[in-house]
Amino acid sequence: MHEIWAALATAARLIATLDRDLVEIVLLSLKVNFSSVALASLIGLPLGASLALFSFVGRRTAIVIVSALMGLPPVVVGLVVYLLLSRAGPFGVFGLLYSPTAMIIAQVILVTPIITALTRQTVEDLWGDYREQLRSLGAGPSRALPTLLWEGRFTLTTAVLAGLGRATAEVGAVMIVGGNIDHLTRVMTTTISLETSKGNLALALGLGIILVVMSIAVNASAFVIRDSVRESAT
Amino acid sequence: MTALPRRPPTVSALPLTLSGVTYTARERHILGGVSLEIEAGPRTVVLGPNGAGKSVLLRICHGLITPQEGQVRWHRSATAARPVRQAMVFQRPVMLRRSAAANIRYALNLHQVPRAERHRLAEVALARTGLTEVARTPAHHLSIGEQQRLALARAWVLEPEVLFLDEPTASLDPASTRAVEDIIRAIDRSGTKIIMTSHDLAQARRIAHEVVLLHRGQVVENTSAAMFFEAPESAEARAFLAGELLW
Repeated sequence: MHEIWAALATAARLIATLDRDLVEIVLLSLKVNFSSVALASLIGLPLGASLALFSFVGRRTAIVIVSALMGLPPVVVGLVVYLLLSRAGPFGVFGLLYSPTAMIIAQVILVTPIITALTRQTVEDLWGDYREQLRSLGAGPSRALPTLLWEGRFTLTTAVLAGLGRATAEVGAVMIVGGNIDHLTRVMTTTISLETSKGNLALALGLGIILVVMSIAVNASAFVIRDSVRESAT
Repeated sequence: MTALPRRPPTVSALPLTLSGVTYTARERHILGGVSLEIEAGPRTVVLGPNGAGKSVLLRICHGLITPQEGQVRWHRSATAARPVRQAMVFQRPVMLRRSAAANIRYALNLHQVPRAERHRLAEVALARTGLTEVARTPAHHLSIGEQQRLALARAWVLEPEVLFLDEPTASLDPASTRAVEDIIRAIDRSGTKIIMTSHDLAQARRIAHEVVLLHRGQVVENTSAAMFFEAPESAEARAFLAGELLW
């Protein structure tokens, strides 16, 4: 018990003094997580809406695959991206392995299916309600796509947050492709993992606290923004 | 009430001709070989009890669903090409999550109306349906009656040659029903052909110039409103007028 209190005290000190290593790790984590979620949204929102709106051969199979990919094991994604980016791999020439870019690539692969699947569900439900009216006004599926993404904006915020949640919590993939290199690819989750195994509980706990607080803060602010926007312009 | 500048007259899309239109859903016959010609001009009300196939008939005319058999033709043309200038108002108004004015501008945008025009036309459309005061209100916050008037404004602003209305007052109270009927008459006066479904005899008396009585997916009477109410020819029409035709 004494150890935990000591660790908590150290954690509080690290946070209060804005320890330089700690800040660096937090900033890199934010950069990697937000970049990957932004890219995954750019891919997943239109892709999910397309799966909902267009009929094509293999659509059902595509939907099943996307849903299944929501549960991709991060270490496997890490391994595959590692193989693709390693010197011997097809994209080895770009020298991306053990860089933040590699971590973003891995996380985009993990997050995109989540955003795609949730968007597909949301837009499909909306299309059920709006289909006749929009077609009557002259909007086919292509024109309905941006309309329905906008109509579903409040629900879709949740889809993006779910993606952000996965990116924030994820450790396996970024560990493999980033390598957890100090001052280069060390993010919160990988640091917590490393420091815990080294027995350095204070730093691990400090980061753990920040990670949880940030996660709550991001979600809370998203909900506050969502509610205030909904309030002013449903 | 400012009138919109009318577009240059084009070749009329009417009459609308249905020949042998059959529609089956889940092994149930909704429409069984409907043949019908609807001319330009008088307001047409498609009457019939619930489940007679009125909504399906209207959706087929509007091009939202395709019949398994039979043809829908405009202006006696050989092709089934759907003319652009038609609109439809549904029983339950479907509103986009944006302001009343923005709902109208959205429809104008779909019809490639330039941005500046969209704003002006939306104002006119709201004014002539009595919705100017709620122009900036989110459409979802409007009462059902106001939403239905907005749906009418949104359809009217497109200056359709034909306007389909599927039981537009079925979910409304008497005051809203009256407001909606007034707007329907105004749209008629502006030169748009009205084709509307109803199960309400009193409403048909108020609106119809022509009555098409649909029963179990068949047209059993197609005549002027005066003839229909004074001297109906079919047994079904007499039963319907007596309130005895339930299904």
